[in-house]
Amino acid sequence: MTPDMLALDPTLESIDIPRDEEGPVFEEPWQAQAFALTVKLNEAGQFTWSEWAEIFGAEIATATSKGEGCGNNAYYLCWLAALEKIVSHKNLLTVEQLAGRKEEWRYASEHTEHGQPIELK
Amino acid sequence: MAHDHKHGDPLPETVLRVKSLESLLVEKGLVETEALDALIDRYENKVGPKNGAKVVARAWNDPDYKRRLLADSTAAIAEFGFTGAQGEEMVAVENTDNVHNVVVCTLCSCYPWPVLGLPPVWYKSPPYRSRVVREPREVLKEFGTELPNSTEVRVWDSTAETRYLVIPKRPEGTDGLSEEELAELVSRDSMIGVTEALSPNSAEGD
Repeated sequence: MTPDMLALDPTLESIDIPRDEEGPVFEEPWQAQAFALTVKLNEAGQFTWSEWAEIFGAEIATATSKGEGCGNNAYYLCWLAALEKIVSHKNLLTVEQLAGRKEEWRYASEHTEHGQPIELK
Repeated sequence: MAHDHKHGDPLPETVLRVKSLESLLVEKGLVETEALDALIDRYENKVGPKNGAKVVARAWNDPDYKRRLLADSTAAIAEFGFTGAQGEEMVAVENTDNVHNVVVCTLCSCYPWPVLGLPPVWYKSPPYRSRVVREPREVLKEFGTELPNSTEVRVWDSTAETRYLVIPKRPEGTDGLSEEELAELVSRDSMIGVTEALSPNSAEGD
């Protein structure tokens, strides 16, 4: 993306730059897990960081154009969406596998007693 | 046997999505749970701007080191053992009386992890990423950094291949400080270039 393209984006005019002190790196465990999965797959040679940056950058651009927030949560939602895309593009997992597994986890989480670890049966 | 009545609310959608990715990738042998945990621990507890501060403090104190750092930043930073993901090609840029450098990633959030850890939330935010390119002096002012008009502001766009580290100007009144004392003055924000290094007086007040 060139500076010229960015200069045309009016949605950014009204948003303040968020500030933070040197707080926690991740706000929720899922953010850390999505981050770690991506770095490990990159280190294992499943994709280059340039390939990742292109897909991740596109997710961020889409979210930005929709005026979605710019905090850590929005950032990692883009990260997660990009990770799902790249594992599918690289034929590591299919969209169907991910969707099916998600329903298994949902079922398991709904049918586990409070206080018990949630496991797939 | 799993019984079939519901006990509770399902986990949040994002958590289900990440658990699905992780469990499938582990089953396929593409990642290992222990390695994921170790990586998270590393970025939460071990890698951070204190690494970069050590590099800058040595550059202030040791002209030979600074020459090496400016000539081949990745190798000079590796002298400290600061290597690894997102540190493959690092470029140090030096602030002087005439030039002030500031770093951004306009595409996403490319950042020199081995020396600064993971980027702060504002670095990742769309307004910073777009505005610092268009109106760097205004953005610097919002961070409390006023530069004379005679100072040229250079904005560096980090990419997946090249990541920049700013060497802020050594503050006045720091002659005779040790490298450890100097490192205390090197804030994360000064190594991104949105602020200057702390002065010895203000740092003591913290």
